[in-house]
Amino acid sequence: MKPAEKEWTPKILAFLCNWCSYAGADLAGISRMQYPPNIRVVRVPCSGRVNPYFIIKALQRGWDGVLVSGCHPGDCHYISGNLVARRRFAVLKDLLEYLGIESGRLNFSWVSAAEGEKFATVVKEVVEKVKALGPAERLVKR
Amino acid sequence: MDKLGSVMVIGGGVAGVQASLDLADSNFKVYLVDSLPSIGGTMAQLDKTFPTNDCAMCILAPKLVAAGRHQNISLLTNANLKHVEGKAGHFKATLTRRSRRVDEDKCTGCGVCAQKCPVEALDKFNEGLSKGGAVYVRYPQAVPLIYIINKEKCLGCGICEEVCKAGAIRYDQKDEELQLDVGSIILATGFDEFDPSLKTEYGYGRHLNVVSSIEFERLLSASGPHAGLVLRPSDGDIPRKIAFIQCVGSRDATCGTDYCSSVCCMYATKEAVIAKEHMNQIEPTIFLMDVRAYGKDFDKYIERAENEYGVRFVRCRVSSIEEVPETRNLKIKYEPEDGKLIQEEFNLVVLTVGIKPSESNKELAEKLGVELDKFGFFKTQTFTPISTSKPGIFVCGVASSPKDIPETVTQASAASTGVGELLASARGTLVKKKEYPKERDVRGQPPRIGVFICHCGINIGGVIDVPSVVEYAQTLPNVVHACDNLYTCSSDTQEIVKNRIQEYGLNRVIVASCSPRTHEPLFQETIKEAGLNRYLFEMANIRDQCSWVHMHDHKAATEKAKDLMRMAVAKAREIEPLERVALGVTRRGLVIGGGLAGITAALALAKQGFEVDLIEKNKELGGFLRKIHYTLENDDTQEYLRAMIDNVYSNELIKVFLNSKVENVSGYVGNFKTTVTLDSGSEVKRELEHGIIIVATGGEEYHPNEYLYGKDHRVLTQLELENRITVAADEKFGNVVMIQCVGSRNDEHPYCSRMCCGEAVKNSLKVKEKDPEANVYVLFRDIRTYGIMEEDYKRAREAGVIFIRYEEENKPKLAKIKSEGKEDLQVSVFEPIIQEDIIIDADLLVLSAAVIPPQENGTLAKMLKVPLNEDGFFLEAHAKLRPVDFATEGIFVCGMAHSPKPIEESISQAKAAVSRACTLLTKDTIEAEGIIATVNPNRCTACELCMLVCAYNAIEIEETKRGKVAKVNSALCKGCGACAATCRCSAIDLKGFTDMQMNLIINTLR
Repeated sequence: MKPAEKEWTPKILAFLCNWCSYAGADLAGISRMQYPPNIRVVRVPCSGRVNPYFIIKALQRGWDGVLVSGCHPGDCHYISGNLVARRRFAVLKDLLEYLGIESGRLNFSWVSAAEGEKFATVVKEVVEKVKALGPAERLVKR
Repeated sequence: MDKLGSVMVIGGGVAGVQASLDLADSNFKVYLVDSLPSIGGTMAQLDKTFPTNDCAMCILAPKLVAAGRHQNISLLTNANLKHVEGKAGHFKATLTRRSRRVDEDKCTGCGVCAQKCPVEALDKFNEGLSKGGAVYVRYPQAVPLIYIINKEKCLGCGICEEVCKAGAIRYDQKDEELQLDVGSIILATGFDEFDPSLKTEYGYGRHLNVVSSIEFERLLSASGPHAGLVLRPSDGDIPRKIAFIQCVGSRDATCGTDYCSSVCCMYATKEAVIAKEHMNQIEPTIFLMDVRAYGKDFDKYIERAENEYGVRFVRCRVSSIEEVPETRNLKIKYEPEDGKLIQEEFNLVVLTVGIKPSESNKELAEKLGVELDKFGFFKTQTFTPISTSKPGIFVCGVASSPKDIPETVTQASAASTGVGELLASARGTLVKKKEYPKERDVRGQPPRIGVFICHCGINIGGVIDVPSVVEYAQTLPNVVHACDNLYTCSSDTQEIVKNRIQEYGLNRVIVASCSPRTHEPLFQETIKEAGLNRYLFEMANIRDQCSWVHMHDHKAATEKAKDLMRMAVAKAREIEPLERVALGVTRRGLVIGGGLAGITAALALAKQGFEVDLIEKNKELGGFLRKIHYTLENDDTQEYLRAMIDNVYSNELIKVFLNSKVENVSGYVGNFKTTVTLDSGSEVKRELEHGIIIVATGGEEYHPNEYLYGKDHRVLTQLELENRITVAADEKFGNVVMIQCVGSRNDEHPYCSRMCCGEAVKNSLKVKEKDPEANVYVLFRDIRTYGIMEEDYKRAREAGVIFIRYEEENKPKLAKIKSEGKEDLQVSVFEPIIQEDIIIDADLLVLSAAVIPPQENGTLAKMLKVPLNEDGFFLEAHAKLRPVDFATEGIFVCGMAHSPKPIEESISQAKAAVSRACTLLTKDTIEAEGIIATVNPNRCTACELCMLVCAYNAIEIEETKRGKVAKVNSALCKGCGACAATCRCSAIDLKGFTDMQMNLIINTLR
């Protein structure tokens, strides 16, 4: 079967900070909140750890969307790593749009350790958004 | 003679285990004694815990394993105390260890004996709902994992002896006696469940489909009799309508249990919610008198149960239950508040049984010479909640009164402080240091990865096809071994992991199970014991973030688990051993807040020989307690406070800073630096150095906007009434109306302030005592006089205090009525039983105002980098098992800074925080994190961007032979990786989360 004939479901890579969003994702599990099985989580100490290069690399590799989630402003375990991340991704988003990457493929959110429900909602929204956009092929190296 | 640096802890439930761990971690030798063959107590039997719905076993197991493997703890299971002599500092205890008929040193816990045992015996752990053999362990993750033969049931057929490869079966093993010399004793004997057959009207034992709540808990459990399916006993059908009857053996004078068991409202709600989660068609109804959701975040849980899960709460006491013979359904007759008699049929009835003092308390009390209270709990006092009547013997948890898990854990740590204060001079005299095997140097070797995949009972295995994931893992590069385990966290599996590391020459280990946030340290410890660097470890979270969130899509969940496996292997191939630098510890404490909790903490630290800086924002010590004059037990709080303050000022180790506030906090565990501003006319700044921080910023009374408060002198708060009662010698009170929950349990403050019900009962009793002719009316939503306080509630009713319930949407109203030239206060309240408004003329209107968090909490939380909860109180690391810790190491919380609470609980928490702090302060060094940034000087251009983003000033530019390069200070670096992601030359990388590792993970997409 050729890939095109298979029913396409998006694959989304999520970078979650260890202290807030990863814990929020755990809480979603503990509370048994169900969300679509399309995301793959990479645990990082802080959203500030996420190099823009990782995101470009992911899109080149064929991930259909990327989610980066950190602590709420002011809650960062490392004081300001999330703010550094926010500045960085604002610029990256513009750059990617310039390259023809739809803005819906790059998602940034704040999810705290107490927000299991919010995490589930964020995942649902991101999956819906990327589904509507279809497979990401712009940057994929063949 | 010097005191002994050893402690005997009696009872191996969560209380005993926590006390043992704290003591052992602060250099005392511990003997943990349990009469059962394994530790774990009641908590091990629980399925989930409220209000977080955490899996009880998942959060308890790491602690049990830690206790089981701690070099300073000796587990003495299946043992009973015979007698004790001596006094504080020098006790001599004689124990009997009953024969297991299994050699402890030889049994590996493999369980073949139990599989082959032909005997069918009722399994007590599953409350007799399932069967096991005559040779058994209490539960699969038992610590120690050593089997035991039930003498009564054993036929002596010899099969187990034949099949035991380890030769551990010893039919002729005798009971043995042993003697322990200990400096102190902690009683953590827990409780017994109330026997529901004593309430004959409920038909327990007669009607098959009437079960106790503990039986129901086992039914809900994945490791329970039906693997988590809720099936009713008579026919194995799914019960659609389930009724929970509350207060079975609680608040009941006819059973001699006229106290409140404190936990049942919450745990029944939890069982209802989980039953509903297991099987959506279930309709739970809870019959209760009051909803006693008085703890932190409890009311939110009740609200969710009601609104999201459709749990129905009915206020009434059920008088009898009848069985319908054909269907075995149960007919319940009840009278809700509106007085109309209703008859309703249910498929299953759960009797929510209360807490009873442990049967063993009486005997223990005699042997030890300590007093019991009238119910049979160990007697304590308000100001000494962890001391028994005999010096040197402490008590914690439910052994002294009914309480929930966090309070039990808090008291366990507090008891450990009690011991620490007593035996400070003997600390460290009887302990050994843990020796690890030399670390194997694996650098340069090709990765040999071992993969361990967990079923977690059915938590993972019930959704994900685990064997197929194992099979898949075996095909991944560098994986030389992959297997599955029922519970990878259990102590037997740790042995398996260690053995496999040797057997297969593994140099990287992956566990696919739950969250690294909870379980990574446990597994890291295990591989360290097997000679591997702790960082040669990786986890795949296939439970919390896979099987639990894709419960209905087994195929997709299995696919995802395989992807996560592939990602973990990709990273594991690139991980390297990391070094942890040893950091010195400043053996000095900082306590922020000089109220009851802060003073108690400062004194407890000083008593153990540590210097303390105590910071208070006001001009005097005492905080909230200054406004409380007496307790329900009639203790003189002001006298107590004065004595405590005198002790603080006369203690050379304590330095008090009044009119002071924290300006800045820097540093890290063991080495904090705090700037304090003193405002004494002119501002003075002081730099303080300390190893730990205890946050005790307290709470404040809410200033009501309701009911003309501040506008009419007859409207007071409870604290103001208390002051008036104390000051005015012989006042006439007339009609006193108290309104509960003013400012609590509303949109602004959605939480319960916990202490107001007790306050109202206390003050109404005092009013009646001073002026028997006074009429006292208490208008309440739920009376939450939990625990022994229930007795005082009863006392108040007997004294003629009138309690009237009101609904949230129908709050009491206040009107001013003009008569005879003056204005009278008139309170009207809708009475739900007579369904009419009652009008009361009030001479005094007393508002039970909420306890609110101080405003400064927000600023302080930011400075300390610790979180607040939605209500503005400090949020602990874990609601159940780490009630006074923060996720940030070296910082602790206690008292009302954590949430509103009465005096004895604040004292317990303060002592608990000190106990946790002492596990650090008693050490010479603590290890720094291995995950830090590193600079490749060859690529660095010294552009200084990394310095700009580093929040910790951990990077400096250094002049080297090759020119300027960035340098990371490993003691200051927290390992956030912001610098690594900012560097334009890829000169900085973050160990443990390297660019290369991230790239490889990204590349795993199929």
